[in-house]
Amino acid sequence: MALPLLYSARSALLRFRSHFVAALSVAGSVAVFVAMLALANGFRATLLTSGSPQNALVLRAGSTAELESAVSREDVRVVAEAAGVARDALGPLLSPEVLVVVNLPLARTGTEANVQMRGVGARAFAVRPQVRVISGRWLQPGRAEVLVGKNAAVAYRGLRLGCWVRFAGQRFQVVGIFDAGGSAFDSEVWADATLLNAVFDRPPGVFQSVTVRLTSPAAFLQFKESVERDPRLRVQATREVDYYRKNSQAVANMIEILGTLVACIMGVGAVFAGFNSMYSALASRTRELATLRALGFTAATVVVLFLLEALLVAVVGGVLGVLAVLPLNGFTTSTINWQTFSHLSFAFRVTPPLATAGVLFALSLGVAGGLVPAIRAARLPVAEALREL
Amino acid sequence: MSWARLLWANWQRKKLRTLLTLGSYAVACFLFGILLAVRAAFYQGVEVAGADRLVVINRVSIVQPLPKGYGDKIRAVPGVAAVTSAVWFGGVYQEERNFFPQFAVEVENYRNMFPEFVIPEEQWRAFLADRQGCVVGEATAKRFGFRLGQRIPIRGTIFPGTWEFNVRAIYRGQRELDDTSQFWFHQKYLEERAGGLWRGLVGWYTVKVANPERAVEVAKAIDARFANSPWETRTEPERAFAASFVKQLGNIEFLLLVVGSVVFATLLLVAANTQALAVRERITELGVLKTLGFSNPHLAFLILLESVFPALLGGSLGLWGARGVTPFLGQALPGMNFALPWGQLLLGLGLALAVGALAGVFPARLAARLSVVQALRRL
Repeated sequence: MALPLLYSARSALLRFRSHFVAALSVAGSVAVFVAMLALANGFRATLLTSGSPQNALVLRAGSTAELESAVSREDVRVVAEAAGVARDALGPLLSPEVLVVVNLPLARTGTEANVQMRGVGARAFAVRPQVRVISGRWLQPGRAEVLVGKNAAVAYRGLRLGCWVRFAGQRFQVVGIFDAGGSAFDSEVWADATLLNAVFDRPPGVFQSVTVRLTSPAAFLQFKESVERDPRLRVQATREVDYYRKNSQAVANMIEILGTLVACIMGVGAVFAGFNSMYSALASRTRELATLRALGFTAATVVVLFLLEALLVAVVGGVLGVLAVLPLNGFTTSTINWQTFSHLSFAFRVTPPLATAGVLFALSLGVAGGLVPAIRAARLPVAEALREL
Repeated sequence: MSWARLLWANWQRKKLRTLLTLGSYAVACFLFGILLAVRAAFYQGVEVAGADRLVVINRVSIVQPLPKGYGDKIRAVPGVAAVTSAVWFGGVYQEERNFFPQFAVEVENYRNMFPEFVIPEEQWRAFLADRQGCVVGEATAKRFGFRLGQRIPIRGTIFPGTWEFNVRAIYRGQRELDDTSQFWFHQKYLEERAGGLWRGLVGWYTVKVANPERAVEVAKAIDARFANSPWETRTEPERAFAASFVKQLGNIEFLLLVVGSVVFATLLLVAANTQALAVRERITELGVLKTLGFSNPHLAFLILLESVFPALLGGSLGLWGARGVTPFLGQALPGMNFALPWGQLLLGLGLALAVGALAGVFPARLAARLSVVQALRRL
């Protein structure tokens, strides 16, 4: 087996140019495949880390998103007494919240973008332990102050610490920047919920959602039953993680479907290039292969030889493709999330499983491109091929 | 026509290779077509935006409402020809994934504002006569199988409860890119039933200006009219309004451009490599042709043609296939309106031809510069 392998390696080197072209077309498909899935990955991860398994989100029954929901102050009071709500010395851990969308110019282009502004309750910090203030301080209730997520602080103009910004006729001072661990909150601007209601002329005492810290993740079912069965309430409770998972689906699925589709079509092109290259290898090695067969090497050996050559080309292409995309890892980009109508920053995530999937994708292209020429090579009529000049 | 036979013979020499080259062009152009359709789906709103229309929204953001009374005040601004308003309903049909845009519209003048939507007269009258009537776009009607006269329940997400509507009219778009996924119903119906919070409010206004060249001026005048009021406005040409959404989606254009370039660059490599191979294989023949009296430019032209023709054929096949597949994309990703106008197909074909020509240039030059003696010496 060593001798024919050596021959194959030499043959591959001889055909370096056409093999390299084939490898490059594999690299192109793999790069697109990995980059698009990394985009979907990042988008999904950002929204998924926004939810905590120990938190529940209470919305008005029938609402699919916070923006559409309404929960009154009386409702909040009832929810606070429900089973499973965590408490500390200051009382129940829950945050009645209001969401509005405001326009701010993007720092990079100056075009106006929709920014999600969240009015939060005094306990929002305790409800979401993953949120840390990294500079400045926490909000003081009732004051015209905003706390800005770390991505929002970079993405929009005028959100530096200490700046004053104007929303709906009211000036707010940026008193702090927070880090929410790469979640969707990092793209938001937070303010006091009651104040936001007043500034945006929303009915007083009506919030859009209540985020509740539970005593444990397992307490959710108990809590859900408690609020949904309560005759005084018309609400639904969702696990925060489930809410964000559902929220991420539409956009992530779209990116995934489009990305896979484009990569597969490009893959067909790469298979064609591989075919071309392998057939030209076959054409010029006809006599040599026939000689090998005459010497006693089996047809299976010839198939393996050809497949190995094709797979080598594919692996080189696959690795090149993954390497080309690797620098994108961690690169922050943004898009509009239709569920919230606002801008969301997230980073490409090229994970090891994804890179592996990319190389596997390349290998499958290699098999597709190499199998037919390999079988053809194995089927060469030995006598005729030897006679050929 | 002997050269045509010569070309034919050369393609026949390695049938598989010719087919693969054709296939590569077809795949690349197919993909190009798909990318264009995706782009069209994102930019549809921008492409079809009316040059004479402005959109007036609450300055805070699109989600905040505006008072109903602004309609008459906007109408009084010089240069304004017509005003209409709409409210975003945001309901879902049966399941959450069955999303399509629903607007509660001012029925008296909504249709005149958007002449690109074609509605049969008697259907429109039936809609006007029925307070619970609705107008459905062709695409949405097709997607869910809505028929005229059908009663359809829509579950409100912003406005709670299940709302029943009677399909009274189905509109179609004048142009291929027109959005036929919308659903309109009477604003009065919304007001009567929802009442409360939304009484006297609308989502946004659409304004028709008398002279499109003065659109920006009129927009400024409208915003100035409401400056320092509790409900400040932001008025933009419809095109800019639509573009602002696409811009927020991120660099779709850049992404598509990168993918498209990768595709065509690879295609160029593959095609150029194949063509070079095809020429190198028959250098002796080229020498023979030269001795027979084929001039250098003539030979170069033949080789160029040999390279361009597969591009033309394969490219056309691919683009034709992309056009055929485009409607199915809409089924895979409902809610997006994919379209592939003929004009853009020509662009794809032009690109394919350019690649074919580029791939043929080097081998053609090689052939033209070849000296007869050298070529014949090979064997």
